[in-house]
Amino acid sequence: MRWREICVIACAIVLCAFATGAQAQGAYAIGRTATAAEIAGWNIDVGRDGSNLPAGSGSVSHGREVFAQQCASCHGDKGEGGVGDRLVGGQETISTAKPIRTVGSYWPYAPTLFDYVRRAMPQNAPQSLSNDDVYAVSAYILNLNGLVGADATLDAKSLAAIKMPNRDKFVGDARPDVK
Amino acid sequence: MSRTIDIRDKSARTTRRRFLQGGGAVAGSVVVGAGAPAAAETENLPPNIPNWMKAPGDPMGSQPYGTPSPFEKGVVKNISKNLKQYISASGRTPLQELDGIITPNGLFYERHHGGVPTIDPEQHRLMLHGLVEHPLIFTMDDLRRFPSESRIHFLECSGNPGYTKPYGKTASDLVGLLSCAEWTGVSLKLVLQEAGLKPEAKWVIAEGADAAALTRSIPIEKCLEDAMLVYSQNGERLRPQQGYPLRLLLPGFEGNMNVKWLRRLHVTAEPAYSREETSKYTDLLPDGTAREFSFYMEAKSIITRPSGGQRLDVPGFHEITGIAWSGHGKIKRVEVSIDDGKNWQEARLQEPVLTRALTRFRLPWQWDGKPAVIQSRAIDETGYVQPTLAELLAVRGENFFYHNNAIWPWRIAADGEVTNALA
Repeated sequence: MRWREICVIACAIVLCAFATGAQAQGAYAIGRTATAAEIAGWNIDVGRDGSNLPAGSGSVSHGREVFAQQCASCHGDKGEGGVGDRLVGGQETISTAKPIRTVGSYWPYAPTLFDYVRRAMPQNAPQSLSNDDVYAVSAYILNLNGLVGADATLDAKSLAAIKMPNRDKFVGDARPDVK
Repeated sequence: MSRTIDIRDKSARTTRRRFLQGGGAVAGSVVVGAGAPAAAETENLPPNIPNWMKAPGDPMGSQPYGTPSPFEKGVVKNISKNLKQYISASGRTPLQELDGIITPNGLFYERHHGGVPTIDPEQHRLMLHGLVEHPLIFTMDDLRRFPSESRIHFLECSGNPGYTKPYGKTASDLVGLLSCAEWTGVSLKLVLQEAGLKPEAKWVIAEGADAAALTRSIPIEKCLEDAMLVYSQNGERLRPQQGYPLRLLLPGFEGNMNVKWLRRLHVTAEPAYSREETSKYTDLLPDGTAREFSFYMEAKSIITRPSGGQRLDVPGFHEITGIAWSGHGKIKRVEVSIDDGKNWQEARLQEPVLTRALTRFRLPWQWDGKPAVIQSRAIDETGYVQPTLAELLAVRGENFFYHNNAIWPWRIAADGEVTNALA
């Protein structure tokens, strides 16, 4: 066996060791490789641009049914609030002495609504709704805020395309602002 | 106060309990009734031998973990009885009952967004993925194998307190969403290096394993500066209320970013713009714009003794003491005014003065028995001076909600009652 071949085989062995992921690569070699399937199972982060939104879709009308069953007891039949946050209305109040901060008046990005409903709602059974149901509930809440029509059906693309009214009103931290 | 009571042959502990149970009015009656103490109490006072010396006490093992004296049962977390719901709520540290700079774990303030989960550490995992060379999963045993470190830092909720009335009566009502502990864990930088950051890595989205699956985005600079993955607090494993078995600690950053029950770190180029960092923890200005990603807690202080709800029983010597802190580093100086802000004198800082930790200050004071307004202001090592509430309101308005680090004055009446001077 020539020297070059020995080198190639040695390199292959090293690469195989990396590829198996049996051991971490850092200085301490602590922890094990997270597989793509494991990451996909846990990574439910949705970007503000809609990145990582799942497949599926949901209509306003179906969302009305899901909302009545899962959400209305805390948020009110029309999202007017109760034990849970008010979700609807408040547009034009944000710069007044009594701002009403809702999904429609305050939230800058629509995909965040999907992200939050999926990960944290309903409060007594988070992560129990199907992706289709989360799209539907999101569509219903956006409809109640006048941001999509009553016949709308939302999916990853159409949800990400919605421009929220308050999107451009967020600025950086100017502190120290009192000197 | 307790010294005064001792002189009047009255148990200081009894007085303290009455403060807690009935407030200042009851405590004031102590002075009136001092000449006729109850017979049972007299038996234990000099020159008699107290009952607790005449029989053995509780045996070893009667409290395998231990609880405070039954005479301290009123020193508990300050939890409102009027909360809309209790699984997304907060409980405050009784700051005016504590000494030094360390908050006992049982009294550490709490803020949950989806209740307190019960997590089996054997089944808990931390996943680190995204813009890294090697996505990794760690068990708790894995994390404890890393080189460890312990540091003392404060933690404070960003809404502590708000900008609108009603303001609280006690120091705890006002700024009790504040605590300080010695934290033990592993440097986040070390763990990120283990995975290998890619050049585009600018943020780390941290997620909790609670029912809120709370997510906050942390700038990579903070992650590489002094952030820790924490598993122990004041020497013992984290309490469930503080994120057992693992939490993120970001010294000086607003409390909710210090994600509890930490299960995932997602390294990204952009922040998540999660619900918590868009609709909740943003500061609304009068013109309708809102500040986002406002992470640091600015310099702040409060006098904890004498403070609201307490009472000075007699004129004469009283020590003014309180706590100061800054998310931007060490406290450089604390000034105290005893004349409603006209004049300020420098308080003595108790060592150690640590970065992003509570610092205890003290000022000896002779109270002349006349009405007075006392207050403190902190100056941190950046030169920043703690502002008044009026100064903050002038810039931020009343809708700002978070990051109220105002000076808070206490009014002392001629009868010694201490109340919130701005309420």
